[in-house]
Amino acid sequence: MVRATQVHKSFGRLEVLRGIDLVVNPGEVLCLIGPSGSGKSTFLRCINHLEKIDGGELSVDGELVGYRRSGDRLFELKDREVCGKRAEIGMVFQRFNLFPHMSVLDNVMSAPVWVKKESVAATRARAHQLLERVGLADKEKSYPNQLSGGQQQRVAIARALAMQPKLMLFDEPTSALDPELVGEVLDVIRALALEGMTMIVVTHEMGFAREVGDTLVFMDGGVVVESGDPRAVLNAPQHERTKSFLSKVL
Amino acid sequence: MRPSPGGGGGGGGRSNPKIVPVRHPGRWVASAAILVLAAMLINTLFFSHVTRGGVREGRYQWGVVGKYLFAAPIFRGIVVTLELTVIAMVVGIVLGIVLAVMRLSPNWLLSGSAWVYIWFFRGTPVLVQIIFWYEGISYLYPHLGFGIPFATPFVNVNANVLVTSFTAGALGLSFNEGAYMAEIVRAGIISVDEGQTEAAQSLGMAKFQTMRRIVLPQAMRVIIPPTGNETISMLKTTSLVYAIALADLFTAATNISNTNYEVVPLLLVASLWYLFFTSLLTIGQYYVERYYARGSTRALPPTPIQRLRQSFLHIRVKPAPAMADAPWLAPHE
Repeated sequence: MVRATQVHKSFGRLEVLRGIDLVVNPGEVLCLIGPSGSGKSTFLRCINHLEKIDGGELSVDGELVGYRRSGDRLFELKDREVCGKRAEIGMVFQRFNLFPHMSVLDNVMSAPVWVKKESVAATRARAHQLLERVGLADKEKSYPNQLSGGQQQRVAIARALAMQPKLMLFDEPTSALDPELVGEVLDVIRALALEGMTMIVVTHEMGFAREVGDTLVFMDGGVVVESGDPRAVLNAPQHERTKSFLSKVL
Repeated sequence: MRPSPGGGGGGGGRSNPKIVPVRHPGRWVASAAILVLAAMLINTLFFSHVTRGGVREGRYQWGVVGKYLFAAPIFRGIVVTLELTVIAMVVGIVLGIVLAVMRLSPNWLLSGSAWVYIWFFRGTPVLVQIIFWYEGISYLYPHLGFGIPFATPFVNVNANVLVTSFTAGALGLSFNEGAYMAEIVRAGIISVDEGQTEAAQSLGMAKFQTMRRIVLPQAMRVIIPPTGNETISMLKTTSLVYAIALADLFTAATNISNTNYEVVPLLLVASLWYLFFTSLLTIGQYYVERYYARGSTRALPPTPIQRLRQSFLHIRVKPAPAMADAPWLAPHE
């Protein structure tokens, strides 16, 4: 589903990604861990072209992100084409980023109606279902700032799912939540994993990574240090850097 | 000693003590002074007389004011003033949005030209601009042509015909307002959290959609109060068209006083009308602000009218739900 080969990305003189190699298969749940500044979020944002990569190759579902190959040239995609690609990838942010001027229902309905031009009636029906699935059927008419952080994040997940994405990206979805609200969001993500959704989850919840993840990737300094089965990596890390990181967070 | 309830004789002791509020003697003195000054003002406004040129007459001559308050030339002036205000604000707001988006563009030619526009139109007096449109255009470009650049134009127009005093006034006020609105809109746009743009883009929304559906509606909360300010200011700034002899409210009032020498009463006529319309705008602004506040406050406070109903009729008015049923979700684009 996602294939990264030697992905490089710099912000000015700061090289954030220094050659990422990574493969995510359909239906796989990949958990990405690592200290802050290791490039996890940047990599995630490259996958749906919120950031442009400077080198290497990144493809989703066999198609290059942000470029079209023709012969030996790469053509940058037009805004409209990039949007089409993004519409197939759901993203959930650390700070929820719900649209505060719209009700919960409108948040969920916005993208299918505006981007995919789907009918309002059909979208509303699906939005009802999604909100029910994340346990917020009674909050449809509320505004985002009337909800708790956990509720907002669940709405954000429903909003991303409304586009029926083939890949979901989670950027530290529980880092901005009170500890007792973390569970309700993780439950939703866990349920998605059981349904076979392909997901990349940047997280600090090691318990979640162990239980739900198919693969665990530890990143540091813009490179993948270690990856493998979550239990194996968490129980018996091979690299010194992984060991010292895990000893601090576990 | 504890004060006892009901001021009765001692005995009890341990019941609720009476609370004596702190006194504010300063407030009483200030209030008395204000009341005296208000009485003096009302007296000179309505009840005092003065002798002018041997004739004893009411100080403010409200009779003369009343005679001209609804005069036909004044009404025609009001129409011109309102037309100018609406045109200048509508053009100014549209221009302001375009310029603000240009200034935020990564393309330096777009952002640079917007900067130059704002620099020029904000840097010269609006009065000069108005007179310039009226006098300068036909002086500099007596023939305006439309066609291919640097080739013989298809259509040729005499600038004197095209630029009447009304168009000159409208152009001068609009272009100047555009520069100010650009900065107001830009402030609004950059006040919206970047995460909003990212969230919209990650859902596949195009740049234009993101701006129109997500960023601008939220920017409105920041844009509306200064825009209301600008509108109120514009209503009065239109009086500068006096300089190009366009018969707006102020010019109409002055034209009358030029013939009957009742300068002060006619200034009062104009002022009363300006006050009337700025009051209307103030009320309008309140409701527009309220509309765009949805989502940012948990429950909107009751409007003054709802508050009045509450206190007079003792009807419990529920705090307005912070939403109307989403007309903006209609799938047009």
